[in-house]
Amino acid sequence: MPPFRRCWVTERSLAPLLLAGLALALLAGIAIGPFPLSLRRIAEVLAGGGDAQSATVLWNIRLPRVFAAALVGAALAAAGTAYQTAFRNPLVSPDILGVSAGAGFGAVLGILLGLPVLAIQLTGFATGLATVALVLVLSFSLRGGGQVLVMVLCGIAVGALAGAGISLVKLLADPEQQLPAITFWLMGSLAGAKRTDVAAALPAIVAGLMPLVLLRWRIGLLALGNDEAKTLGVEATRLRLLIIACATLMTSAAVSMAGVVGWIGLMVPHMARLLTGPRFDRLLPAATLIGAGFMVLVDTAARSIAQMEVPLGILTAVLGAPVFVWLLARGSRGWAE
Amino acid sequence: MTPLLQARGLTVGHGNRPVLSGIDLTLEPGQVLCLLGPNGAGKTTLFRTLLGLLPPLSGEILLEGRPLAPMPRTEVARALAHVPQSLSTPFAFRALELVLMGASAHLGPFARPGRAEIARAMAAMGALGIAGLAGEEITRLSGGQRQMILIARALAQGARTVVMDEPTASLDFANRIRVGQAIRSMADRGTAVILSTHDPDQAAALGECALLVGRGRVLASGKIAEVMTDTKLSTLYDIPVRREELSDGALHFRG
Repeated sequence: MPPFRRCWVTERSLAPLLLAGLALALLAGIAIGPFPLSLRRIAEVLAGGGDAQSATVLWNIRLPRVFAAALVGAALAAAGTAYQTAFRNPLVSPDILGVSAGAGFGAVLGILLGLPVLAIQLTGFATGLATVALVLVLSFSLRGGGQVLVMVLCGIAVGALAGAGISLVKLLADPEQQLPAITFWLMGSLAGAKRTDVAAALPAIVAGLMPLVLLRWRIGLLALGNDEAKTLGVEATRLRLLIIACATLMTSAAVSMAGVVGWIGLMVPHMARLLTGPRFDRLLPAATLIGAGFMVLVDTAARSIAQMEVPLGILTAVLGAPVFVWLLARGSRGWAE
Repeated sequence: MTPLLQARGLTVGHGNRPVLSGIDLTLEPGQVLCLLGPNGAGKTTLFRTLLGLLPPLSGEILLEGRPLAPMPRTEVARALAHVPQSLSTPFAFRALELVLMGASAHLGPFARPGRAEIARAMAAMGALGIAGLAGEEITRLSGGQRQMILIARALAQGARTVVMDEPTASLDFANRIRVGQAIRSMADRGTAVILSTHDPDQAAALGECALLVGRGRVLASGKIAEVMTDTKLSTLYDIPVRREELSDGALHFRG
């Protein structure tokens, strides 16, 4: 294929650039924290040496947490990219469609009932999927069905309903132990991320991401709209449902591990699109890598900028809300440019 | 020989509201069939039905001799291509990227286009004289250029039948001629084309056969010379129409 020039970077140099960026973010995430690890010490511990304290911090605290952050960021960014493609709309994302709140409700319910991590993920996935289904059914049965505004407003309404459910769960929770855990978790946090959490979320996220990666070129044809994609030989309706299921699975898994971390699924796909252009087969890997690196940096900031842990959701909202307004200001041009 | 596309006793419409009924048509290799009718006559609805995007209310459609309804989309796409009236995507794809999408019917679900597909896409663009546009963003091209790219995509799709919904509706004089030549050269190489147009002169120049639809039914169907007469076109458009034969044999219609 003739080389196409995109604005900042060439097609060839993008992948190494993103991988290098991710590697730097991971390294920063491992090194920075209340107990700083110098590069030399990290190298020593990884080589099997080093002092016992550094080894404990690296293996039991820093690595699981950094890995969890990368996983959550990758999942939310990939899910956001998938939703935007499936709905052909730049403003949809896990939060706006109410999936995050829906999955959050299921997960909080799981915490209240004292379920194991895997079961919490399952309830989160079930309520997340139910939320998307409800939003879709509502927005298509209303007048002006399927329009962006209607869909977003339905997402807000259903998200508010899930929010009410979350409030109810908080009311019922034991105020000594469960309530603080639920409250902190709802603002998004990886403070307690353990290796077992990562192990529980990893399969769901991989299972959601794999079909998207494998089908990435075909999924790109959905950008043409249902009819045109069908006449080109794509089972568009079925593919769209598959994408929504995959994205919801990833969102739910991320939410059940890190709590409700908003805005990543909206912000990162747009950052990636500036680099890759609109093609889904190039956008998805780029958004996934950027999401992973970005989340690691945000999480590193969350545990470094203040004496106490700053919840992730607060940081991502501070970064994400201006981006959302900027997207609104650019209007539909966001797609064509 | 099996016709490429056949419709028998077809009624098309939305939900249970028929728009157009009593359609019988047969499309042979190399044939150009022109669909003429006033706005709202159901031309687009008929095309959407022929493409399998809308279920017929009654009757049946055969694509290369087989019933269309149960066919998977990839099989339909290998036999039948569509050139939409205009490009619907707001995305800034490159022209070549868009033409490559025509290859999807020939690729497995997990496959991406490779060298062979790129070569075919470039050949399709070359045949239409637009190879130079390959690297351009489609959002920056003119309506005529975009139409040519959509035709190139249909060529790259390798289907033997092409459905074109008003391929020249929004084009200027030169592009109208270019698209007309592209349609003729496709037909001369054995592709069957069914197209709708609002220009009787163009229909007479491009097609062998015409289908006149209006007021929910087929008014006439057959060879251009027999179907596109003064009386029939006058009835179709509800204004007096006069047919003239120019010195080169071309038909010209006046209101």
